[in-house]
Amino acid sequence: MINRIDITYKIKDTRADIKKKYFEILGLKGKIKQITIVDSYLVDSILNNEQIEKAANILTNPILEKNSINSLPIDSDFDFCIEIGLLPGVTDNVGATAKETLEDFFQRPFLSGENIYSSQVLFFSGKLTAEDINKITDSLYNPLIQRVVVKSAEDIKKDRCLSRMVPKVAIVKKTLVKEVYLEVTKKELERIGKEGIEEGDNKRRGPLSLDLKEMLAIRDYFRKLKRNPTDVELESIAQTWSEHCQHTIFNDPLDEIKEGIFKKYIKGATLKINKPFCASVFVDNSGAIEFDENYLITHKVETHNSPSALDPFGGAITGIVGVNRDTLGFGLGAKPIANVYGFCFADPTDQTIYYRNKNKTEKLLPAKRILEGVVEGVNVGGNSSGIPTPLGFVYFDERYRGKPLVFVGTVGLIPKKINQRNSIEKKALPGDYIVMVGGRVGIDGIHGATFSSEELNVKSQSSSVQIGDPITQKKLSDAIIKEARDKNLYHAITDNGAGGLSSSVGEMAKLTGGCHVYLDKVPLKYHGLHAWQIWVSESQERMTLAIPQGKWLTFNSLMKRRGVEATVIGEFTNSGKCIVEHNGQRVMDIDMNFFHNGRPKKKQKSVKIKSKVKSQRSKVSSGLTSVLEQMLMRLNITSYEFISQQFDHTVQSNAVLPPLHGKGRVNASATVIKPLYDSQKGVVLSYGINPELSDIDTYYMATYTIDSAIASAVAVGANPDYLAILDNFCWSSGDDPNRLYQLKQAARACYDVAIAFGTPFISGKDSMFNDFNGFDKTGKPVKISVPPTLLISTIGVIDDVRKTVTIDFKNPGDLVYLLGENHDNFDPVKQLALYRSVFTAIQNNYVVSAINIHRGGLAIAVCKSAIAGILGIDIKVDKKILMSEFPSRILISIAPEKKEAFENLFSNNILSLGRVTENQIIKIRDLSDKTVVNLKTDKALKTYKSSLKDY
Amino acid sequence: MIKPKIIVLSGYGLNCEEETAYGFQLAGGDAEIVHINDIIDKIKKLDDYQILGIPGGFAFGDHTGSGKAYANKIKNHLTDQLNSFIESDKLVIGICNGFQILTNCGLLPGALTFNESARYINRWIDLKVVNKSPWLKKIKNLSLPVAHGEGKYYLPDKELSDLKKNNQVAVKYIKGEMYKEYGLAYNPNGALSDIAGITDKTGRIFGLMPHPDRALFFTQLPHWTRLKERYLRNGKDLPEHGPGLQIFKNGVDYFK
Repeated sequence: MINRIDITYKIKDTRADIKKKYFEILGLKGKIKQITIVDSYLVDSILNNEQIEKAANILTNPILEKNSINSLPIDSDFDFCIEIGLLPGVTDNVGATAKETLEDFFQRPFLSGENIYSSQVLFFSGKLTAEDINKITDSLYNPLIQRVVVKSAEDIKKDRCLSRMVPKVAIVKKTLVKEVYLEVTKKELERIGKEGIEEGDNKRRGPLSLDLKEMLAIRDYFRKLKRNPTDVELESIAQTWSEHCQHTIFNDPLDEIKEGIFKKYIKGATLKINKPFCASVFVDNSGAIEFDENYLITHKVETHNSPSALDPFGGAITGIVGVNRDTLGFGLGAKPIANVYGFCFADPTDQTIYYRNKNKTEKLLPAKRILEGVVEGVNVGGNSSGIPTPLGFVYFDERYRGKPLVFVGTVGLIPKKINQRNSIEKKALPGDYIVMVGGRVGIDGIHGATFSSEELNVKSQSSSVQIGDPITQKKLSDAIIKEARDKNLYHAITDNGAGGLSSSVGEMAKLTGGCHVYLDKVPLKYHGLHAWQIWVSESQERMTLAIPQGKWLTFNSLMKRRGVEATVIGEFTNSGKCIVEHNGQRVMDIDMNFFHNGRPKKKQKSVKIKSKVKSQRSKVSSGLTSVLEQMLMRLNITSYEFISQQFDHTVQSNAVLPPLHGKGRVNASATVIKPLYDSQKGVVLSYGINPELSDIDTYYMATYTIDSAIASAVAVGANPDYLAILDNFCWSSGDDPNRLYQLKQAARACYDVAIAFGTPFISGKDSMFNDFNGFDKTGKPVKISVPPTLLISTIGVIDDVRKTVTIDFKNPGDLVYLLGENHDNFDPVKQLALYRSVFTAIQNNYVVSAINIHRGGLAIAVCKSAIAGILGIDIKVDKKILMSEFPSRILISIAPEKKEAFENLFSNNILSLGRVTENQIIKIRDLSDKTVVNLKTDKALKTYKSSLKDY
Repeated sequence: MIKPKIIVLSGYGLNCEEETAYGFQLAGGDAEIVHINDIIDKIKKLDDYQILGIPGGFAFGDHTGSGKAYANKIKNHLTDQLNSFIESDKLVIGICNGFQILTNCGLLPGALTFNESARYINRWIDLKVVNKSPWLKKIKNLSLPVAHGEGKYYLPDKELSDLKKNNQVAVKYIKGEMYKEYGLAYNPNGALSDIAGITDKTGRIFGLMPHPDRALFFTQLPHWTRLKERYLRNGKDLPEHGPGLQIFKNGVDYFK
């Protein structure tokens, strides 16, 4: 029996006011009189009328809300209503909480088939055309994950109730295991690899992302076994061998580099630098360095680009919650203590329309929707997990229109020893149970790993989209990291992310040399999943553990008491084989060695492209004040305070430097946290990203990016000799020889610069196909590829957080200096010496404010420090260097009495510029003493905050 | 002297239990974090403690309304224990999500609804103490961070005037040091009568939206680097603790 409970606000609902404003910005000003929001629950259960009434009451806050059951929820006039719910099978977090609440209240679990489905209805009054209504629904819902129903007042009044249809997953077909015939033509093999296994009716399942050589290797392997593979085996091999999981482009030979660019340039640099503080690099879900004698800190930065292009909210929330599991899955499990983010978008005002398909039925989401959805996703994911997000950036370029880049990272903390065990060592023993913990498995996230290795076009499946559920994961995280870990209840743990069980079990089985899995034991969200779907599904919030049989009961009882579902799904073995059964049938039986190492390496060739000459923006000679104002409004310089304030950065009580510095609240490019309550030791985090330089030369881009990330860290007080870095390469057309050349150049720069600075890489991730292949509004094919993008994230340790520095000028009369050289020749030896001197100056309390001079050059750095402090400045400087963007320099202010001591630390790389002033005017004079910039600080502040102020 | 025992609840998405427990610890109490299911399963009992702390977080992800689902859990299982706890001369504090849970349990009047901006906000605000709750002794004004999406305090007119008459309004948003520093709206969520926190009639049950647990150290203040310069130039040492600590001290000192 399906009952509909609708809950409506009795008092003014601010959500409705905000929605109204939002629609007015879409061009519907004056047309909407009123909006009423109704939260609805469709309860599909055996509860009787009396129980439904009770249920409605416990779901209602009587001070704020009223409810109605199976009747029209509002009594005021309206013209039409829009109901938005989820598609069948899409994670419904609200419905799940309502269900849990009712189960607890009635003290009985819902039976299979009973469920609660949430939705939201917006009632509108006002004269709107069909086109207006379309505009509204377009802005509200995403057809890939949601369903929408628009009804007029007449329709509703006829029925006297809203619809009572539930989005139940209805998979009736019998589940099958399919044999895939590989004794076919090469052309057909190629097609299977590209488009997937045939489903009948000429339909394909979606990309395996296997090329012909790989398909041939698989065929040859099964020839030797004298049989064809099952679909489970083929899907499993495809995801294990995918670019996403094996990073084939970085690991396979490229030109003369036989060992691949990862081994030579990234890992190679770390090995050569050989820093003693490196504790675990490139072997686990995160990288780790030493924090103090008892603890390690971990860091990992991921991307979630393709899913965020399709469903910005779902993609981003899954990204942030997913990278948290890279912390939980580090060693025996680290505790997440900070999140970082970085978003590359197209200009949100861009109105160009693109389609995914030729007949123009699938529209690309508008740039603004992508921005809003991604921000909201990280907001909900990070905030509700109780992990602070003190640092991040946004970067804009029209080439991110087809695929946004969504970087998300998590820092973790883990004791070095847990019950006398070395916490970074994972060990599983033959006979250990394979245990899956957390969420259940559904069809969501099928082909995530193979999908992100493909260019985004119409064939990319919508089942690749998942929606994260931070609370299920929070329960899991608390139960594991705060209890089971310290009770020694498991041998090993790993994340269950891309590639699902196939990947996590497969990886862990390497520890013992085999596994035996029973897929029918895996708890499912609904019946009817095929074996291959259970095995590769990327349903979220799951971890895989190796648990000694003797500890299972204790472990499971703990999980039950914490509301976490745990299931034994098999055993680790030393058989050398990965064996999977489903309903008594052996659906996978392959050698571990072939599974993990059978992939034939690609021989990649690059083709050189010419670098361009960098032009400096120094040619402007007059009207500098207005040029500067224009620059402050640029999307890549302007404030993104609206993001910083909605991401919780004070939870866990570890904040030291806020995301916004000074009275004027200017976005900073580095932060500091204090992980332990009883220690002053701190962790410094910063980032660098300069895709605009890739158009000139990617070697230069990578050099500049690493240098600027380090300079930002040093400016807040990091020790340049206790820093590690992480790389995230986001490329496009990863098999294009020119792109490969750019990649090789960037990787070579990573090696050179890391070694010169003595700063090791500890972790990294790449995403090589950030291309959109679609159609413009005339139906003409278009390809939009992101510029070669490298994000460098730093992590460092300092002894005393009280020594850290913010960017704001603090006192009138303080002296202002420019540190570093003003030219384009990058000399790492000089840079490192400079950074060491800055560190000494900060440790001696000489430095009052410091900022890395970056986009917009000295002029913008001066403005930012003045805006942040809401003070003025009076400086004299060569006009030529005012707006030039050279390798990193640092702008510093000091107290006048520290002048001599401070200056003594530097040689010829220091330039005295002038003073901080009380008068709140940014005044810059050229060498002839002529005033070239004269800008009021409050005007600069307003301008700096103007571009994104309506978000 | 025996330290008072404090129970800080956890589970289902509450997430500020560690800093809340540390605040009590720092104040000289003996704080213990206990999962709500361990009380339901009778492994722990409220009776053994003097102070109950319900910390901030996102219990059940705020789904179906902030604090609602966790409060239902308390009401379904712990009503008797909680009533006898409250009837003894003991203290209760609910911070942020904890405050939302206390109102949903009916232990404090009113409700918390969506911020006027309909968006989550995390920044510092200023408070004035307006009643004589034991939790607020020795404090006149203080600055703390808020971090919430549903923090607007609401109560129908009639009950609101009763609340004021009974001196149950505990802390109000005012224009103080943070307002002077940043110039942002002093009332961050549109709360009626600028109410940031209230107590029951005895003053012993205290609920507030701002986070004293996130203001335990000097270096948590958003402008501490500027204050540091002032201390250094005046030849003074930096303070160690932040303004939130006094609330935890007041809780602990009540039992001394």
